[in-house]
Amino acid sequence: MESSKVIHAFYTDDEMLLDAVKTVKAAHHHIEEVFCPFPVHGLDKAMGLAPTRLAITAFLYGITGLGFAIWMTNYMMIDNWPQDIGGKPSFSWAENMPAFVPIMFELTVFFAAHLMVITFYMRSRIWPFKDAENPDPRTTDDHFLMEIPVHNNEAELTSLLSETGAVEINVVDKH
Amino acid sequence: MYQFSGRLKTFSLALIILGFVGLAYSFYNGSQKTLEDAKHAIEAANSDAHGAGHGEAATPHAAEAGHDSHALKTDKEAHASEDKDTSHGDVHASSEAHGTSHDDEHATHVLHQLQNRPWSAFYVALFFSLGLTLLVLTFYAIQRVAQVGWSVVILRVMEAITANLLPVSIIMIIVLAASVMHINHLFPWMAEGVFDPESDKYDAIIDGKSIWMNATGFMLRSIAYLVIWNVYRFLIRKGSIKEDTANDGNKTYKKNYNMSVVFLFLFMITESMMSWDWIMGLDPHWFSTLFGWYVMATLLVSALTVIAFVTIYLRSKNALPGINDSHIHDLAKFMFGFSVFWTYLWFAQFMLIWYADIPEETTYFVARFTEYKLPFLGMVVMNFVFPILLLINSDFKSRPWFVFIGGAVILMGHYVDVFVMVMPSTVGAQWSFGIPELSAIFFFIGLFIYTTFSAFAKANPIAKGNPFLKESEHFHYYNIEHTGEGSGDHH
Repeated sequence: MESSKVIHAFYTDDEMLLDAVKTVKAAHHHIEEVFCPFPVHGLDKAMGLAPTRLAITAFLYGITGLGFAIWMTNYMMIDNWPQDIGGKPSFSWAENMPAFVPIMFELTVFFAAHLMVITFYMRSRIWPFKDAENPDPRTTDDHFLMEIPVHNNEAELTSLLSETGAVEINVVDKH
Repeated sequence: MYQFSGRLKTFSLALIILGFVGLAYSFYNGSQKTLEDAKHAIEAANSDAHGAGHGEAATPHAAEAGHDSHALKTDKEAHASEDKDTSHGDVHASSEAHGTSHDDEHATHVLHQLQNRPWSAFYVALFFSLGLTLLVLTFYAIQRVAQVGWSVVILRVMEAITANLLPVSIIMIIVLAASVMHINHLFPWMAEGVFDPESDKYDAIIDGKSIWMNATGFMLRSIAYLVIWNVYRFLIRKGSIKEDTANDGNKTYKKNYNMSVVFLFLFMITESMMSWDWIMGLDPHWFSTLFGWYVMATLLVSALTVIAFVTIYLRSKNALPGINDSHIHDLAKFMFGFSVFWTYLWFAQFMLIWYADIPEETTYFVARFTEYKLPFLGMVVMNFVFPILLLINSDFKSRPWFVFIGGAVILMGHYVDVFVMVMPSTVGAQWSFGIPELSAIFFFIGLFIYTTFSAFAKANPIAKGNPFLKESEHFHYYNIEHTGEGSGDHH
């Protein structure tokens, strides 16, 4: 099938890759995916990807953690087994609040960090024992790979990409 | 080259004159206070307290009431925690007896507080102005030591602000000398008889600290701090201007680097000691081991805000070639980050003292939670909650208006912070916010504007001999768009 054909263009420099992405976008070609050995600042914007909503989830997870910490400290220290904190036997959560601030802080960070990472993995469809998706192992070392679907314009794309400084251009059938 | 505009100059001079007139009036007013005024103030406070049936209104005097058996009995149940405060760190109160001598001594104490008010108002603004200028100098030294790239286009802005250091240092020396010469009563440990075992004002706790707390040592140390800071400021400014035309394979640049390393080392020591001498010394019984850091956090976040303000102003006048939104964004990130840092230190200091609940430590917070509740808790909102909510958004950090609003609240909040550090020990319950405080603020803002902008006009606005200038001009934080540029200009 013609539409499952893709071009793999390899680059060895992140700045060159960034310029190449801009050139390809300027020529109105769709970029399917870019595989990098490390995050390249500004690549998402150059590819025209929508801004990530991960920050919003992080905020919500943080609030959840804060709420959990408040519930937990109240349950453990006030309700279930009332404790005299720092010689101030008020047995009220609000009056002992300063003692709980470190716990509230830590659980906020804990929830935000862990749940955000898990969300990121799920969203990126990465989970244990999953086979790698990157088409070439060199993208985990020192090569950048740009994947562009071919629609009967193989020659045009190849010449455009070789002008952008690609070190290797392959046309492959994607399964 | 930037020209210090006539309008701004007139404005700054007007502020200085306005402040000066207000201060002169306040000092005159303060010197006219008599024992009668003090007794009136006490009466007013007492009638409030008894009228309210020993309710909340009685707490403002809980600290002093600890020596008053009548108040102690009635307030004991309701204010158990405050009344633990029997060793209140107040020299004047420590030897108080009952009866008429007690009333007179109490009145003298209140009179001193009334007389202290213009001095304290001046001292708060003076310390704030000196401290934030010092921290701008430190932040500048950090840029040099870290060989920072992004900030090179605003190095001259920081340098210009540090021009404020010399005049405020001179004023500081004068005020401290006046304290040592008993012209004011800011520092209780300087009072007559505190170190004399024969005197009824003898204070064994302070006497135990006399190795540190003595007038000679205090003055020598104060002068040493100020000289160290001003010498570095003088040398680095000269070295920085020399860099512009040096063209000597970065030899001058390296020399400036070495000087800044030495300064940062000395700063770390002198800043802590300065905060013990000038602020903690106001409460001579009380101590906190992280006080130096806490004061530094307050001054650092104020310093960064002031750098951002001056940068935004000069940029709006097109006086800063090479500057872009990313530089403002970075300054705002620092403002945000150090607001959180300040809160961390503020809370760490509070929580440890609250948890341990040792009377000699809690006095500091008892005084602030009773007589200063609104400014003390209000500043946490201004210095933490507000900047967090406003500046957490990445897009807002490069918008001058948001940075300005956030910065204005941060600066006011940290002024209140210094206010609450100083006032409870010097004027106690006799505080308010009026002509003395406002005049002092006006005076130092005027002085700041005058020194900063006249210094900025005297040198090339860009440190063009700096080897990292190119990096700074091309600085672009990847996550934001610069105004007036398309995404095609991204690098």
